[in-house]
Amino acid sequence: MRRMRVRRVAAVALAGALVAMGVASCGGGETTAGGGGGEQSLKVGLAYDIGGRGDKSFNDAAFRGLQRVQKELNLEVKDLAATEGESDADKASRLKLMADTGYNPIIAVGFVYANAVKEVAPKYPNVTFAIVDDETVKGSNVANLVFAEEQASYLVGAAAAAKSEADNIGFVGGVDTPLIKKFEAGYVAGAEKINPDVEVQVGYLSQPPDFSGFRDPAKAKTMADGMYDKGADVVYHAAGLSGNGLFEAAAGQKKWAIGVDSDQYVSAPGDQKQYILTSALKGVDVAVFDFVKSVGDKTFKPGVQRFDLADNGVGYSTSNPEINDVKPRLEELKQQIIDGEITVPTEP
Amino acid sequence: MPLIAGRLGRIGLPVVAAAVALAFAAAVTSAVLAATGANPLAAFRQMIGYGSQPDSVVNIINRGTTYYLSAVAVAIGFRMRLFNIGVDGQYRLAAMLAAAFGGFVALPPVLHQAAVIVVAALVGGLWAGIAGVLKVTRGVSEVISTIMLNFISTGIIAFLLRPNLFAVQVQGSNNIGTPPIPPSGRVPGFPLTGASIQVFGLVLLAVAVGVAFAVLVGRTRFGFDLRAAGLSPSAAVASGVNVPQMVVATMVLSGAVAGLLGMPQLLGDSFTYALDFPTGLGFTGIAIALLGRNHPVGIAFAALLWAFLDQSAQILDLFGIAKEIVIITQATVVLSVVVVYEVVHRFVLAQQQRAVGEQLGADERVAGATA
Repeated sequence: MRRMRVRRVAAVALAGALVAMGVASCGGGETTAGGGGGEQSLKVGLAYDIGGRGDKSFNDAAFRGLQRVQKELNLEVKDLAATEGESDADKASRLKLMADTGYNPIIAVGFVYANAVKEVAPKYPNVTFAIVDDETVKGSNVANLVFAEEQASYLVGAAAAAKSEADNIGFVGGVDTPLIKKFEAGYVAGAEKINPDVEVQVGYLSQPPDFSGFRDPAKAKTMADGMYDKGADVVYHAAGLSGNGLFEAAAGQKKWAIGVDSDQYVSAPGDQKQYILTSALKGVDVAVFDFVKSVGDKTFKPGVQRFDLADNGVGYSTSNPEINDVKPRLEELKQQIIDGEITVPTEP
Repeated sequence: MPLIAGRLGRIGLPVVAAAVALAFAAAVTSAVLAATGANPLAAFRQMIGYGSQPDSVVNIINRGTTYYLSAVAVAIGFRMRLFNIGVDGQYRLAAMLAAAFGGFVALPPVLHQAAVIVVAALVGGLWAGIAGVLKVTRGVSEVISTIMLNFISTGIIAFLLRPNLFAVQVQGSNNIGTPPIPPSGRVPGFPLTGASIQVFGLVLLAVAVGVAFAVLVGRTRFGFDLRAAGLSPSAAVASGVNVPQMVVATMVLSGAVAGLLGMPQLLGDSFTYALDFPTGLGFTGIAIALLGRNHPVGIAFAALLWAFLDQSAQILDLFGIAKEIVIITQATVVLSVVVVYEVVHRFVLAQQQRAVGEQLGADERVAGATA
């Protein structure tokens, strides 16, 4: 009897710990009302992918767009976070909840919302939806905001190869999914364009269905340290929140790191800043802002809106002056991609 | 009097314990809400209002269905003191392979659904069976082996879910999954008045599993052996129970039910195992089994309560309250139900003893008077 009770207590404790792990991985939403009574009555809702606000990368890029909406268009905004492992029904509930409480337009950040938008959008024909990173959802009230991530990755790959003295660079992917493979493909192609003999170390932090790789800085640090130890002197990440671990490793080893989605030189702590050579930019902020603006001034067009180098929807950051010496070469490549002389692969 | 106390102990005790635990959890949650500057009553009112909307009710039933299957899988193990913590890996692997099977084969309706469900149960059962065999042959604790098998199943799924193997990628999508199951293999849902979504048809599967679980454990020789081996392995051996065989059989059974837990979602909504298939349901099942005290009916209430909290909490975010507050409620209710049950159990036991003592005393007095 006593052993049984011990076992039961152990079971309770374990279950408690697992639930607590769940709590630790979720962020909260927050209301932020617009300044003072704008002329328009739009209330903008935004639903995040796993990781949520605070990843300094993908989701934060969407948040910056939302902040601009709030400040420049003077609209009421609201952002809600997703829970790890939730089903499409949860995502659909979240979108419906916003639509029911008067939010319009509504932005779903991340391809995981595809089924939810597919279900909800037809039921709310008067609400305008946008989905980031997916072009399978069709509808007269749906905009698909997609990006040429491989083009931005190509340029930072070229920068990495040009800056590398060891002819050895690295790539840390968050989760081994088709989307992140696009980043890898562009990066490797860009590096090999500059230096055909460059060695590229590639690693992924987790395999789907385990999405922890997007929010595991400790694991990213270990992997990046390993790459630097094996001779790499520039490492690029496409791993959301985990990227902060890469920057720690880079600062510790005094080697180069490359950020993703947002200009991470700007958001990094002072002691890590100087090691962030550049960042591959994905203009989720611009896309979100432009989308809301188009709904506001009634110029909204449904369907796929592709953001690439040609329209500055993607790019690379130049806030770290260290990038300046290779900038002319990168600009040259950029022009060649825009002119169609270079086609960047989307699969490794 | 002893008879009444006994009946109260069997039926009333869990109800009383659950009610006290729920009240305690509500109190703790209110305190936390108040401490963070929110109005607990307003929050609860919002949750109940949102949770009772038709669409929310459908979601609660659907979510409760998966939670129920998950908890039954765990409870089968608990009944014989086996802690199957690998339900998570078992259902994910089973759902993935069953989805691939359902997407690649062409079968007539009814047969198609049945085949997919059988594949899922087989995969789940075999996967959990590994832990059972390891336990009886090599003495490996099932806690360790099942949680390790979770990681292995993640690896296997990642390996198989590639374009040249079991997966297809739709043009323009960043998702990747098994080929969609054709309409012949899908299970239609039930409409609910006023709701824009449907209740999973496989809610009936959960009911059937619940009934089978109740009959198996309570009314069969296998169930008796299972409970006996759980209460005292040595006594079970002495009375002729083949304990190693029971361990493997229980693990396989637990895994088979775990394999079913992805089916309502797969055949009723997703039709494919893709990157957005829900994860982590196996761990939720542990807490729900504890809350439902491993009882088929208790688990049903626990699963619905859990599902209600998860669903209704979504509205809190809109009012600036983190929806994760309900995790505190869920954790408190599980912890307190275990504690309260123990306390009430002891109280009832003491009363029974006193009653028996009084009865004996009275009998003696009667005997003394007649002598």
